[in-house]
Amino acid sequence: MSMGLLRLLRGKKASAPVARERLQILLAHERGMRGQPDLLGVLREEILAVVSKHVTLDPTKVIVRLERGDEVSTLEVDIEVPNDFERKKVAVA
Amino acid sequence: MSKVLVVTSGKGGVGKTTTTAALGAALAQRGDKVVVVDFDVGLRNLDLVMGAERRVVFDLINVVQGVAKLPQALIRDKRLENLWLLPASQTRDKDALTEEGVGKVIAELRGRFDWVICDSPAGIERGASMAMRFADEAVIVTNPEVSSVRDSDRIIGMLDSKTVRAEKGERVEKHILITRYDPSRAARGEMLTIDDILEILATPLLGIIPESQDVLKASNVGTPVTLSNADGAPARAYMDAAKRLCGENVTMHVPAERRGLMDRLLRRRAA
Repeated sequence: MSMGLLRLLRGKKASAPVARERLQILLAHERGMRGQPDLLGVLREEILAVVSKHVTLDPTKVIVRLERGDEVSTLEVDIEVPNDFERKKVAVA
Repeated sequence: MSKVLVVTSGKGGVGKTTTTAALGAALAQRGDKVVVVDFDVGLRNLDLVMGAERRVVFDLINVVQGVAKLPQALIRDKRLENLWLLPASQTRDKDALTEEGVGKVIAELRGRFDWVICDSPAGIERGASMAMRFADEAVIVTNPEVSSVRDSDRIIGMLDSKTVRAEKGERVEKHILITRYDPSRAARGEMLTIDDILEILATPLLGIIPESQDVLKASNVGTPVTLSNADGAPARAYMDAAKRLCGENVTMHVPAERRGLMDRLLRRRAA
């Protein structure tokens, strides 16, 4: 009580409750993943493998973003494909 | 009966080596025969904290590889006659720790000591997994801070799956030891509370060691903190933790802010 009052008088927000909440969310997720293959990691690998069968990938032009949420997670794979790649293919054929 | 205890944490710099030395000395002060074993191959420090750095001849790797016999590598403490140290190698690679070799050494130590305390390196790699591999009990050293708590959770997962006991379907008895606890920061709500940590990690508490100059001073002079300033708050907290390890019921003492009313009013920090 007195601690809370002290904090109130000083007008500062405690950061410990934020730490607690962030940890609880993170650890709930990490515990669930433990011992299981990293599904999003596998997806990323396989998507890139499929694309690179048809297009020569420049690793610096591939952006992979991952957002882990409470309900759903998103995997965003942004691949820059050069405009002349189809013409090149035709030329090879 | 002999017990193998691993002192571990995942995160570095939280106080594993200090804790190993302090608990080892505290248990020896109570009359038990204790060996502290340094598993931090390549970055040994337990010898330094124990004040035995100039007496190391052979090390754990030498014994694992059969170059030296166990009694040749054990260093007896100069202050406590029933406290011994098995140092880590400074030069060898941690891959030299084979499971079979470590298992043999631990079995031999079990036959000679009441407590075999294994000081784990930071991380979750070979040195850390070998340190916990044969443990009956574990002390997980945790600071009241998010990264330390997260790593402790990871280590708890390893203790529950990657130890010999876990693989046999038995349990490694786990204890949380909170170190570097700063009562004034806790009072200001800047630090995870003891209750938060215990709730998140769902593991019983062995003790709370306050942040203190005593700990630094003890390592400066190479003396376990329970011997260097036996009346200080960290020493008393470690002695209580040792009693709890022996099954005694000791009231938990949460370090409190040592500030008077005037100090509070003037917002003066405790020295």
